[in-house]
Amino acid sequence: MTGGQLEQRNVLPGFGLTMGLTLTWLSIIVLIPLAALFLKTSELSLTEFFGIIGSRRTLSALKLSFGLALAAAVINFIMGMIVVWALVRYDFPLRRLFDAIVDLPFALPTAVAGVALTALFAEKGWLGAPLAAIGIKVAFTPLGIFVAMIFIGIPFVVRTVEPVLADLEIEIEEAAVSLGATRWHVITKVIVPSLMPAMLTGFALAFARAVGEYGSVIFIAGNLPNVSEIAPLLIVIRLSEFRYADAAAIAVVMLVVSFLIIFAINRIQRWSLTRAMSR
Amino acid sequence: MSLATQPRALPPTLRAMADARTEPAAVRVLIIGLAVTFLTVFIFLPLLVVFSGALARGIGVYLAALAEPEAQSAIRLTVLVAAISVGINLVFGVIAAWAIAKFEFHGKTLLITLIDLPFSVSPVISGLIFVLLFGAQGVLGPWLMGHDVQIIFAVPGIALATTFVTFPFVARELIPLMQEQGTQEEEAALSLGASGLRTFFRVTLPNIKWGVLYGVLLCNARAMGEFGAVSVVSGHIRGETNTMPLLVEILYNEYQFVASFAVASLLALLALVTLVLKTALEGHLQGSRDHDH
Repeated sequence: MTGGQLEQRNVLPGFGLTMGLTLTWLSIIVLIPLAALFLKTSELSLTEFFGIIGSRRTLSALKLSFGLALAAAVINFIMGMIVVWALVRYDFPLRRLFDAIVDLPFALPTAVAGVALTALFAEKGWLGAPLAAIGIKVAFTPLGIFVAMIFIGIPFVVRTVEPVLADLEIEIEEAAVSLGATRWHVITKVIVPSLMPAMLTGFALAFARAVGEYGSVIFIAGNLPNVSEIAPLLIVIRLSEFRYADAAAIAVVMLVVSFLIIFAINRIQRWSLTRAMSR
Repeated sequence: MSLATQPRALPPTLRAMADARTEPAAVRVLIIGLAVTFLTVFIFLPLLVVFSGALARGIGVYLAALAEPEAQSAIRLTVLVAAISVGINLVFGVIAAWAIAKFEFHGKTLLITLIDLPFSVSPVISGLIFVLLFGAQGVLGPWLMGHDVQIIFAVPGIALATTFVTFPFVARELIPLMQEQGTQEEEAALSLGASGLRTFFRVTLPNIKWGVLYGVLLCNARAMGEFGAVSVVSGHIRGETNTMPLLVEILYNEYQFVASFAVASLLALLALVTLVLKTALEGHLQGSRDHDH
């Protein structure tokens, strides 16, 4: 700590001790294990690395995980906005119950979600049977993966946008109306721009979660190589074959992309903060 | 004067204003209908399926499934692992929050980002890193084998992977809370002659207790329910290294659906209890936020 920067000296004790413990513990539990992943991958030559990543099975798995996660995040973006709008702006029976239950995908263990969604959407399931009657197969197809990824992403958009919409002052909308704006203009020109940073953050969080999701997906997926095998499952398969380097290489690609998403989220939030302050 | 009975009596500007503040009734009904259908299909029905599957052959079969030795040992292991990781993360979370929230230093944002890191790592990768570190072919594997220490495919590996996955929960709850509360009360206590530890236990801890409980609650729910990371490091040794989520998978793959859903129903109950307590704690937490303002 440089004393010159601080006008008021902090008199609280324990900074050195608690900071030391924090850094040590963070290193042992998080940083060193993560470093082991990159260490293992660095044993591969570039040709070997791209050989693993470029193989048909790996590429299919990565495409499936990222593609379906993106599609599921789009659905969560749209449905999340509809849910938030209904919860914040309207009143309807059991509204508080629906509001509370939105967090269930956070709290419910993923394996439980996996077996439940599979039972629900299997050919004899409550929803699977009527869907099968009109020729739509969900369980054990890529569509099943899509359903599980939607489930797991529901809370992200809702919970990031909900407080922002609730805090939005109704006077701004009234001011827009008194200046002659129609409802459509108020929504597209006043409300949506205010919600956009939260909407994008929720979208990115839902996407990042769905990309790495394992438990809720593998039961309903079918897990056919090149068709319905997600990247995290391929990592598990490579591990069980003792092909550690292969597993590590796939993991590195997924991690780097996740970090880029987190970086993007931080940029969105910083951008919205500076924009809000410049107003 | 109600809008419904006397719409024409309103001056045009006021009517336009009322129209522009909300949507036509048809749109409202459509939006509520879509929201309710979506949440019912994706959240209520899966939850209902778990309990209906568990009780499909009656309460006797349900209870018998939970009394199986395998189920009992899975429950015991799950509670043990959760106790270890929640304990570790509770102590870490409070220590880290003290250092980060009560002092100013360079690189604070980076440190918070690093603590949050486990949230953005796929569960499978969270398990994989410990296999790469401690497994037979791992960095420390040969040394551990020479000293007859087993971490992977044993309880320590499961506890480590669970601790990694739940690492941020307590800290990320306490850091903003303690930042908002500032340092004035602690400074007052110290200036009155209280020791550092006494100040922490008598002043800081009472202020953050709801935040601590909130973090512990979420941390525990995730620790008991973690599947991907634990699945990679567990080795699935029956009666020894299977937690409840792993047992759900094993029983399901053996077509023992009632037994699988019975164990799953316990975890679903845990999730519901967690949500109820979470809602209750949020009120108290708002109270500690407003504290001091």
